[in-house]
Amino acid sequence: MSAAASNPIVRVRGLENRFGAQVVHAGLDMDVYANEIFGVVGGSGSGKSVLLRTILGLRRPDGGTVELCGEDMQRLTRERRAALVRSYGVTFQQGALISSLTVAENIQLPLREHFELPEDALADMASLNLMLVGLPPAAAGKYPAQLSGGMVKRAALARALVLEPKILFLDEPTSGLDPISAAAFDELLLHLHGQLRLTVVMITHDLDSLFRTCSRIGVIVDGRMIADTLAGMLASTHPWIHDYFHGPRARAAMRAAHG
Amino acid sequence: MEALALERGNDGWRIRLNGDWSLAAMPKIDRDLRALNLSLDAPLICDWTHAAAPGIAPAWALLRRIARMNAGKFPVSHLGGPGVLDLLERLTAGEGAPAAAESKPPQEGAVRALGRWTLQQAVEARGAVGFFGRMVSVIGETFSRPRALRPSSIVRHVYETGITAIPIVSLIAFLISVIVAYLGSQQLSKFGADIFVVDLVTISVLREMGVLLTAIIVAGRSGSAFAAELGVMRLNEEVDALRAMGMNPVEILVLPRVLGLLIALPLLTIVADAMGLAGGGLLSLVDLHIPLPQFISRLREALAPTTFWAGIVKAPVFAVLIGMVGTYRGMQVRDSARELGRLTTVAVVQSIFMVILADALFAVVFMKLDF
Repeated sequence: MSAAASNPIVRVRGLENRFGAQVVHAGLDMDVYANEIFGVVGGSGSGKSVLLRTILGLRRPDGGTVELCGEDMQRLTRERRAALVRSYGVTFQQGALISSLTVAENIQLPLREHFELPEDALADMASLNLMLVGLPPAAAGKYPAQLSGGMVKRAALARALVLEPKILFLDEPTSGLDPISAAAFDELLLHLHGQLRLTVVMITHDLDSLFRTCSRIGVIVDGRMIADTLAGMLASTHPWIHDYFHGPRARAAMRAAHG
Repeated sequence: MEALALERGNDGWRIRLNGDWSLAAMPKIDRDLRALNLSLDAPLICDWTHAAAPGIAPAWALLRRIARMNAGKFPVSHLGGPGVLDLLERLTAGEGAPAAAESKPPQEGAVRALGRWTLQQAVEARGAVGFFGRMVSVIGETFSRPRALRPSSIVRHVYETGITAIPIVSLIAFLISVIVAYLGSQQLSKFGADIFVVDLVTISVLREMGVLLTAIIVAGRSGSAFAAELGVMRLNEEVDALRAMGMNPVEILVLPRVLGLLIALPLLTIVADAMGLAGGGLLSLVDLHIPLPQFISRLREALAPTTFWAGIVKAPVFAVLIGMVGTYRGMQVRDSARELGRLTTVAVVQSIFMVILADALFAVVFMKLDF
């Protein structure tokens, strides 16, 4: 645990989430430190997306606390909450671009909400963010339905970045992308992480992406989280983690990333 | 304090950036940058040492502004700038003309718009006829393949469109017929013809209002539900999945709904008729003091043999109209949530319009036939 010296920027303690009799999280702890890319993995139905929704305050947990930048999400006043929301950006699994707005309008949406700016300044900022995520200027006037899967993910990233957040939450950013687009997305993420000093929390099933980008990995097993570096994960004796990181796909991905 | 101050030194221009340069200060920075008006004639130094928490977008706006003032390509250097400057400078260098959002199509003339609209109507009409044809051909197939009728699905739709609509249909039929009876009694009592309130209620409820009100309520409830349900299935590519598995979406999704409504609407109409007559009877009793036995015997005299059938025969026609319009509009949804909302609205408005239009045609035909 090399980064443990500083205070965590995301801090989850004793998180519990239940759906009826089904227990998803049973006392889950999670720490994410500034400037790291933290990958969250787990089997299907292990509650990765539920964890993300809980951290973002979209779901009230059945127990435990979530702190973002040192503030307890459940005990925020309206004003503090509004300020905190601007410190993180989120992309959802399907992109979640507003389908009745063009890409440029989607990117400008949070700007219009929070600032009063003239139209040409808004257009400038939209084109800046399009360039940051590597989309061509022609994408600005297109509607989400006219974009390919990879472009949707990039446009969603541009929207998440437009308020210049400190933390970026990504829910399966490379799922549904072809290997070339997925690899390009990984490089983009590393590039932005380096340039913009972002902290990234990324849910992913994509082993290539996990090995290429993440500095630490958190595995959700049995409703709890075990977090470690990749090397630590490889040495783990927990059966599920061992299977995950020593399966044929994992080995192949690792060879590709490090060999 | 201004966000930036421009000075001319011996060696060239110098911009001092002051105060908050984060994204939060963007409106002010944007204003101050606009006020900056100068054509560079010497090298420029940007002094970032007094700028607090410089953000990406403000830095970008500054670079863009400088690039616009720097027609002579004088060197621009930065003092203590944020790390993203390198990235941004690369972006400005690679950037051609600023990308104007080309989202809005150019305005077109009135004639062109009229032509486009006419063509669209023709295409729509063709699509609607095609849809009707597909449904009829599916019905044709069911004669040779009765399994295609999917009884369990039909029963579900009878329940959803019929049984669950009984309370609201009953209530509205009851209240409307009370209103009609009340207004009628006000007028008729002037002539001492109170008893004809019974005729008024009977004929208006059985011939027109029972079936028309029911159809309008069902169009609002089920027409919209059909359109929304099928629309979401289209957006989720469920309809394409059915087609890809060799199943006919018209047979699986459209036919059970239309047939379910075909069964449910006449039954609902009978409920509405009964509740309407009950409402008329109650008002006659309370307001006009016509006892119930007298109401019923008067009702029998007022009834022609065809009165009830003149109403109920319209119900299947209305059912098919509502079911077809709702499912057709639902199947038209593509691409976006906005389409879904628009087409659901269209489904309700059009099915109500079609019902009323058909009712008017029935009125004319029945009059000619003396039905």
